[in-house]
Amino acid sequence: MQFTSFGFLPFAALVLLAYWVTPKKARWITLLLASYVFYIFAGVEYLWFMLFTTATTYITTLCMDNILQKQDAFLKENKALLSREEKKAYKAATKNKTRLLMVVCLVLNFGMLAVCKGLLIDPFRTMASGSFLSFLSIGLPLGMSFYLFQSMGYVVDIHRGTAKAERNPFKLALFVSFFPQLIQGPISQFSVLAPQMYAPKDFDGKEFSFGLQRLLWGYFKKLVIADRIAAAVGTLKGFEGTGFFLLTVFYAVQLYADFTGGIDMAIGLSQSLGIKLPENFIRPYFSKNIAEYWRRWHITLGEWMKSYIFYPISVSQPMLKLSKAARTKLGNFGKRLPVYVASIATWAVTGIWHGLSPNFLLWGMLNCFVIVVSEELVPLYEKFHNRFPGLKQKKLYGGFEILRMFILMNLIRIVDLFPNVLDYFKRMGSLVTTWNVNILWDGTLLNLGLSPLDYGILGGAIALVFAVSLYQEKKGSVREMLWTKPALRYILVFALLLVTVLMGSYGIGYNASNFIYNQF
Amino acid sequence: MKKKLLILPAVLAVCLAVLYLLQMLLMPKYMTGKHQEGALIAEYYHNAGNNDVVFVGDCEVYENFSPITLWEEYGIPSYIRGSAQQLIWQSYYLMEETLKYEKPKVMVFNVLSMKYDTPKSTGAQSQREAYNRMTLDGMRWSVSKWNSIQASMTEEEKSWQAELSYIFPLLRYHDRWSSLEKQDFTYWFKKDQVSDNGYLMQTGVKPLGDAYHEMRPMDMNFGENSWYYLEKMTQLCKENGVQLVLIKAPALSPIWWDEWDLQIEEYAAKNDLLYVNLLDYQEEIGIDWSTDTYDAGLHLNVYGAEKAARWFGKYLQENCDLPDRRNDTALSDIWAEKVATYNQRKETKEG
Repeated sequence: MQFTSFGFLPFAALVLLAYWVTPKKARWITLLLASYVFYIFAGVEYLWFMLFTTATTYITTLCMDNILQKQDAFLKENKALLSREEKKAYKAATKNKTRLLMVVCLVLNFGMLAVCKGLLIDPFRTMASGSFLSFLSIGLPLGMSFYLFQSMGYVVDIHRGTAKAERNPFKLALFVSFFPQLIQGPISQFSVLAPQMYAPKDFDGKEFSFGLQRLLWGYFKKLVIADRIAAAVGTLKGFEGTGFFLLTVFYAVQLYADFTGGIDMAIGLSQSLGIKLPENFIRPYFSKNIAEYWRRWHITLGEWMKSYIFYPISVSQPMLKLSKAARTKLGNFGKRLPVYVASIATWAVTGIWHGLSPNFLLWGMLNCFVIVVSEELVPLYEKFHNRFPGLKQKKLYGGFEILRMFILMNLIRIVDLFPNVLDYFKRMGSLVTTWNVNILWDGTLLNLGLSPLDYGILGGAIALVFAVSLYQEKKGSVREMLWTKPALRYILVFALLLVTVLMGSYGIGYNASNFIYNQF
Repeated sequence: MKKKLLILPAVLAVCLAVLYLLQMLLMPKYMTGKHQEGALIAEYYHNAGNNDVVFVGDCEVYENFSPITLWEEYGIPSYIRGSAQQLIWQSYYLMEETLKYEKPKVMVFNVLSMKYDTPKSTGAQSQREAYNRMTLDGMRWSVSKWNSIQASMTEEEKSWQAELSYIFPLLRYHDRWSSLEKQDFTYWFKKDQVSDNGYLMQTGVKPLGDAYHEMRPMDMNFGENSWYYLEKMTQLCKENGVQLVLIKAPALSPIWWDEWDLQIEEYAAKNDLLYVNLLDYQEEIGIDWSTDTYDAGLHLNVYGAEKAARWFGKYLQENCDLPDRRNDTALSDIWAEKVATYNQRKETKEG
């Protein structure tokens, strides 16, 4: 079931009703049932994968918890008898045991993800068909990357001792399968999400209303903008020069509206259920540099990668040794070298997370390259700004920085669409070799699958999203502002509903796209 | 708190009312222009209750028989429940629905649609959907309508999306706002009758040219699904004490092959049903293909439809024991009005 399928709205309405009429203590059970029903609608054959992740996560964390409890009991019992070294050695031995369990669980789950992703592409797909692996060749199970990353984060947290293991298998099953975030995140931490899901809570009208408003805003972005512009993105893929540049802009709009729209729906629905999911986007296109951009775009994946890939690598023994050696030979750069190595690994994993194909790996490496270069150029920037003090405070310069970042990220992001990376480089080259700016006025734009009316609708909708984002950036929450003006709120919400219903791209005649991030 | 509790339902009611009004505005009206046949199914409900004969079928019934002639010549009150490319399962569910509004003595089914076995075999998806809409949108809500929707969609088309859009047509027609016409506003709340008891009048003349040549189907046997629904029709009529009459209307294309004719003849004989192929009686009916068709033999114009009704009325009278109801004063008054409207429409169309 997709958020944009007609069936989802009655389903969501039923879940909301059932959830709030269920006695407080049993609400999490309603959520668990709803989550499984939602997932079964996506395809019963996919359920086994989620059950596998749930079972392996549960068994692993339970064993780890038992080992840790045994350790605590032993240490408590023998507090006076053991020396400090003996306690340390005992703890290290325990850590090794939990590490082994963790590694087995991670290998099993990430192995399954890798196989599923690998079987989406040739030659593995062809090799698998007819073999014992054919049962895995059913396409990537819905939201697998998301629920699996969330679950594995929990396993690592238990090993690290930063979260307490959930001993009720059904409660853990809910953490893995919580349906609003199942399709495309956000990826939540157990310590943040679980207590909210299990704790009895009172109905809060304001939160409920805010949640529905955000759900509607998500639908607006997805149906009016993302699915409408999708046709032009498809056509522009064949263009070079100016057309390619236009493609990068259109794709930026499509991906933003699609992904943030989906996240708005997930967060909004959860909010109506009284559960606050972490934000995944904070107006990323207002970023002035790449580090800021990645603090604002797909935040939860970034946090996950930072916690479970970047930090462990950068503080690992080999990295510490490298750091020591490089510092003496390469000076300041040597000091930063381990961070860069960890960054390369992290971005490689992030790229592969999006898909097992060269273009996604290239996408990761390009991001990493820009981050490293930006870091290395910091002294130069400082010199420049010392030479021109006050420039940073100028609005025009701020605008330039935002535009520069927008274009740069567009040029990197567009590699998503070119599985053949040589094709991507050819298109990039065409930006300087092919001078066809005339396509902007010779009628080509009207042959991209968008009519003048479509352009009008898109223009208006993008302007609205921009205006709302600007308000949020400068003043804060639009919903909070409207909460004190009920008449205006009702009118605006209803107007948004009408615009979405009337101008959304859905139904016969439209090929309503799945969410782009479903596939990752 | 009390005030809040009142505001919410009020706001919800206003929202629903606006959405309903929008739905009414955005749904196609079929009142003027080329596709008036889209309005036919919905017109029945104002004319139900007193019909002795109900025709069910596709364009071969709603363009080839004039109920007004049947009344004027034989005193047979009749109605045509037909729509464009109406498929056999849609005809069946219309029959089923009709029996909830009235109990006619005779139901007449035109067998051409036997050639379409499943929704898949009836043309491109977009075409199927458009025709389905013309038949199904006009039906009032009932179990028959729901079953007809289910039967009309191919397996691939069956989805929450499609089904929900039949329940809330706004979801289907939401983007018609950019192509609204004057008629959408004129007929927003009230519709005119475009037909005369389900008969869609055509007064133009386009003579038959060369004879039609069509590819013979590879398999001349009707499909399982078609037989299934024909059998259901037979059973439905038997259970309700209604006489089922099978006909093949006088139209030259699509070609009605002899092998098909034979299968229907055999079925009719086996089930003790009347079957008449009006193509066999063209001369007796008096059809002149140079003057009685508006589209070169595909359908009859009003002159041909009156001739066909005149001949068929006699057939019905002779074979179905139908009374002449012209002495029924209440009915005569109603039909006098219908005849006047019909004549006026004919005069206007003839220009």
